Amino acid sequence: MITGIAEYISTHTMQLLGQIATHTGISLFALLVAAVIGIPCGYLASRSEKAELIVSAPFEMLRVVPSLAFLILLIPVMGTGLAPTIVALTVLAVPPILLNTIVGFRTVPDFMIESAMGIGMTDKEILHKVRIPAAMPMILAGVRTALVEVFASTTLAAKIGAGGLGEIIFTGLGLNRTDLLVLGGVLTAVLSLAAGGVFDALSRRIMKYKYV
Amino acid sequence: MSVIIYDKVCKRFESSKGYAVDHVSAEIGEGEFITILGSSGCGKTTLLKLTNRLYDPDSGRIMVAGKDISSVDPVELRRSMGYVIQQVGLFPHMTIRDNITAIPALMKWDRKRIDDRADELLSLVGLEPSEFRDRYPHQLSGGQQQRVGLARALVLDPDIMLMDEPFGAIDAITRLNLQNELMRLHRELGKTILFVTHDINEAFKLGDRVMVMNEGRLLQFDEPHEIARHPADDFVSTLIESARSQEHFWTENEE
Ligand SMILES: Nc1ncnc2c1ncn2[C@@H]1O[C@H](COP(=O)(O)OP(=O)(O)OP(=O)(O)O)[C@@H](O)[C@H]1O
Ligand SMILES: [Mg+2]
Repeated sequence: MITGIAEYISTHTMQLLGQIATHTGISLFALLVAAVIGIPCGYLASRSEKAELIVSAPFEMLRVVPSLAFLILLIPVMGTGLAPTIVALTVLAVPPILLNTIVGFRTVPDFMIESAMGIGMTDKEILHKVRIPAAMPMILAGVRTALVEVFASTTLAAKIGAGGLGEIIFTGLGLNRTDLLVLGGVLTAVLSLAAGGVFDALSRRIMKYKYV
Repeated sequence: MSVIIYDKVCKRFESSKGYAVDHVSAEIGEGEFITILGSSGCGKTTLLKLTNRLYDPDSGRIMVAGKDISSVDPVELRRSMGYVIQQVGLFPHMTIRDNITAIPALMKWDRKRIDDRADELLSLVGLEPSEFRDRYPHQLSGGQQQRVGLARALVLDPDIMLMDEPFGAIDAITRLNLQNELMRLHRELGKTILFVTHDINEAFKLGDRVMVMNEGRLLQFDEPHEIARHPADDFVSTLIESARSQEHFWTENEE
């Protein structure tokens, strides 16, 4: 099987690299969309219980639908290809980002806000200089959780023709070739780990103060 | 001339039954070092927060530099006073320099002026600038953090300083040093200081005049020796007695 995998890699190198690139691109784009939705919504939701209910209820409901089922359900509405894939992955990625953002903003210590007000910051300055940086570790942890889920789930994109490492897995399933299943699985796992590693390095630079 | 005037100031919180601050009236002169003394929950912090509009009074009014503060923009008012909060409250994600100069940075001072000011203040509070400016708060001891809190409050060179138990969690020796430094700063900079403490010795040592509070009321406001000689009521007498009885231990055990 090892030789089978090695041979497949050597004969399909360019195709594999393309699939890795597509996989990464789809995942990161969905993650970006989820962050752009989840972080501002989380901030708004953190400000009152009622807002939280309104914002998180739809995502909580969508969350219980398995991603594959959700993807298939989207086909009649959005057809196949990239768009429904991004939507399905975004729906998957928003909840951890949203929830962590809410908790992050809620747990900024009162005395920090008070000292910011006391030295004469405006509300807007407090948001930018104190609340957001203080909530950042939780927010980034949420994005990190979403990242792992998204990179794994992007394999499903191949099911509706959007490409990525899932193609290898679905080809393996179709041809009944275990070596391709293993290759696709391992590559996806390695890619997730690598993306997580890069993300951690970036986080560490953003939150330099935690590591000195 | 009085820089701060409290005129029958009252504040009560919805969750509690009594007043947190109960009809407090007082006048504070320019350059005075005022200490506010009282046991936990007597309204010391509330009185300070009323002074820089972190709270607004339910009734009564407060004048600062001749203006009723209810008509002054809170942000402007707070920038005109230094405030050292009870919990120190440095921002963990900012370096010591950025903590001290957060407001000047927002006011768009140029880089050089900001850096110089930070170094100047660090030296003033007895911290070596080159050693401390680039550190983060968690890399400092509690006492060093409180010094930075003081430096931050001084950054815009305010005429009035509000200090809420700034030497709370500090050992006796460091505390003595900080007290002496603060008295030196007061002499040199001539600021009006409101200094909250629940330590009677600290209050009487530092204060030109002492406000004694209990259950939201201002019981006595006078010079330390006047309070010691003529306590206004039973509560103040008991307070003085308790300090004297502690003193006894040391005089009795002298060599
Ligand atoms: N934000 C608040 N909401 C409700 N009650 C409050 C609030 N802040 C203070 N209180 C109450 O008001 C009273 C005075 O509180 P304050 O913080 O002024 O006391 P303090 O003299 O500073 O005490 P300490 O020495 O413990 O700091 C207390 O009974 C307290 O429980
Ligand atoms: Mg207090």
